[in-house]
Amino acid sequence: MNDQTLFSIFFSAMVVNNFTLALFLGLCPFMGVSARVETALRMGLANIFVLTLTSLAAWFLNTYVLENAPYLRIISFIIVVASLVQIVEMVVKKIAPVLFRQLGIFLPLMTTNCAIFGLAIFQTNRGYDFLQGIVFAIGAGLGLTLALVLMASIRETSELSDIPAIAKGTGLTLIIAGSLSLAFMGFAGLL
Amino acid sequence: MRTTTPSQDFVRGIWKENPVLIQMLGLCPALAVTNTLKNALAMSAATFFVLTCSSVLISSVKSLIPKEVRISSYILVIATFVTLADMLLQAYAPVQHKELGAFIALIVVNCMILGRQEAFSSRNTVYRSLLDAIGVGIGFTIALVMMGGFREILGIGTLFDIPLFGPNFEPWVVMVLPAGGFLMLGFIILGLGVFEQRKKSREAAAA
Repeated sequence: MNDQTLFSIFFSAMVVNNFTLALFLGLCPFMGVSARVETALRMGLANIFVLTLTSLAAWFLNTYVLENAPYLRIISFIIVVASLVQIVEMVVKKIAPVLFRQLGIFLPLMTTNCAIFGLAIFQTNRGYDFLQGIVFAIGAGLGLTLALVLMASIRETSELSDIPAIAKGTGLTLIIAGSLSLAFMGFAGLL
Repeated sequence: MRTTTPSQDFVRGIWKENPVLIQMLGLCPALAVTNTLKNALAMSAATFFVLTCSSVLISSVKSLIPKEVRISSYILVIATFVTLADMLLQAYAPVQHKELGAFIALIVVNCMILGRQEAFSSRNTVYRSLLDAIGVGIGFTIALVMMGGFREILGIGTLFDIPLFGPNFEPWVVMVLPAGGFLMLGFIILGLGVFEQRKKSREAAAA
């Protein structure tokens, strides 16, 4: 068991050990959907939702099913994530078709989002209990959203500035991400 | 699909379509565990193993997998090999296993591996898929070794734990921290861009 306080788990997942900027999880959407602030925000919110569900499912699986078979963890977690994303997709399509259209391809792509799978693995490795897991998931989701929105705002602004042709594209995005990551290192002393 | 020769299948992944540097796939491991050369090598070896085994297995049973459930089937095959790699590393290289930690399990969601299965192994023979997997695996290794080598030299001043510079060397600590990963990959990609542009303008001048 882990005896960290809920607040420190939440804060650590959100800023100090930000999933994207410190642990490099969920980089694909970070690079792919961070061109517009609005899309980035929606992607972040969808992430919080799926992360929380995954945390719940992983906790149940760990406590009641996988106690005697830890070697099946990787396989069963990935199946849980894949089916969860599928279910969420169907439910959203049924009850909120507008949101479904707005999210588009990013919803199914969440299956191979390492942030979701990574959350399940980290939560297990650190031995979080039920409540700690949920708080961890929400913190991580908010952290992802924060990183996505910050990145998107910087990219929107940088489109108007005069950048040498050679630097446009991925290279620049990575270096901006590096500077953001540097800024987030400033939080390291907080906990 | 039959327009390429087997040797092209092999060479393509190494540089021209390098998974990390050109296609930007598999970025998470490329950034997260390349703070030293040793970690980069362990990660490349594990990924190489998983990629090659799953490519061979999937290309040999491709006619048995129904189209509707192919992605889930691929993920299951990959997850099985990742579990194997995890256990092998734990048994034979416990130090590296501890350093890499959760990132071994995260090979499952490396989009590069799933991408190769979907784009290549599901439509080609076992032999060609093997060549393709080895090529892409080598390309991945090259990218990771570049990252790991540069970051270790600049950030710690050593290579394979052997000190390279005199005692007066002040290590560039930020390079082994997360921010350094983003910066280093950004610089490498910018460098490649300059290189490509020069080549293009030379070709244009020659023509």
